[in-house]
Amino acid sequence: MMKGETIVFYLLAALTLVSAAMAVGTRRIFRSAVYLLSSLIGIAGLYFWMRFEFAAAVQIVVYAGGIAVLIIFSVFLTQRAGDDMPTPPMLRTIAAAGAALLGMGLVMLQLVAHPFPTPAVAEVDRSVSAIGRRMLATGDDGFALPFEVVSLLLLAAMIGCIVIAMRTKPNQP
Amino acid sequence: MMEPGLYHMLFIGAALFFIGIYGFLTRRNLITMLMSLELVLNSVCLNFIAFNKYVWTDRLDGLFFTVFIIAIAAAEAAVAIAIIIHLYRSHGSIDVSSAEDMKH
Repeated sequence: MMKGETIVFYLLAALTLVSAAMAVGTRRIFRSAVYLLSSLIGIAGLYFWMRFEFAAAVQIVVYAGGIAVLIIFSVFLTQRAGDDMPTPPMLRTIAAAGAALLGMGLVMLQLVAHPFPTPAVAEVDRSVSAIGRRMLATGDDGFALPFEVVSLLLLAAMIGCIVIAMRTKPNQP
Repeated sequence: MMEPGLYHMLFIGAALFFIGIYGFLTRRNLITMLMSLELVLNSVCLNFIAFNKYVWTDRLDGLFFTVFIIAIAAAEAAVAIAIIIHLYRSHGSIDVSSAEDMKH
């Protein structure tokens, strides 16, 4: 008899992997975006399963709520959503599948041969207030500098998006 | 069946990574290539969280790496989609083979 926790893990893993495979395999681009969305939600479920509630919340808000919606909007702006995409040539499909399977095999060989240490130390406090204190701490274990650098990066990306997407007048060079 | 643990999470991470690589190599549409790239980034995040959960339980570094990767991925997706929409306006297509102005 399997524990409920184990059953939930295998359901989440199946949701993630099957919808990821459908996202790269289907010929309809809009379906591909929706399968990607369900794969991202499956990953958020895996974070919840590992009791990383903050990472799961960030995953749902930024990925499922932000990036997936952005991708769906750009599909609507640039494609006729009902059309099938052309099938890739057989040679390219075989070569890509071979490369992916070969890489997967090599990684799995390394993985089963490598013993990871299993520490007996207690789990650290992962509440949101503890995470916030660590993120703004300036000491040895703080993340204040990366936090500031990422905020600058987001500002630069925002300005870059506006500049790239600005419509240039047709009579200008 | 086995109790899920670190190896299960790393297997899911590796499988997602190579599903993303397969999609990146077969697709010729810029939006679907971007979607495959998001799968690759997510597999990396999953690995970081799994290591944080099962190997370095007394630290929070994996969680912070994941949060920063997600922030950078959001910025990257926004810039990529701005470029894609601009390319669609100027070329009328977002197939990679139509964007070869910078060849030579």
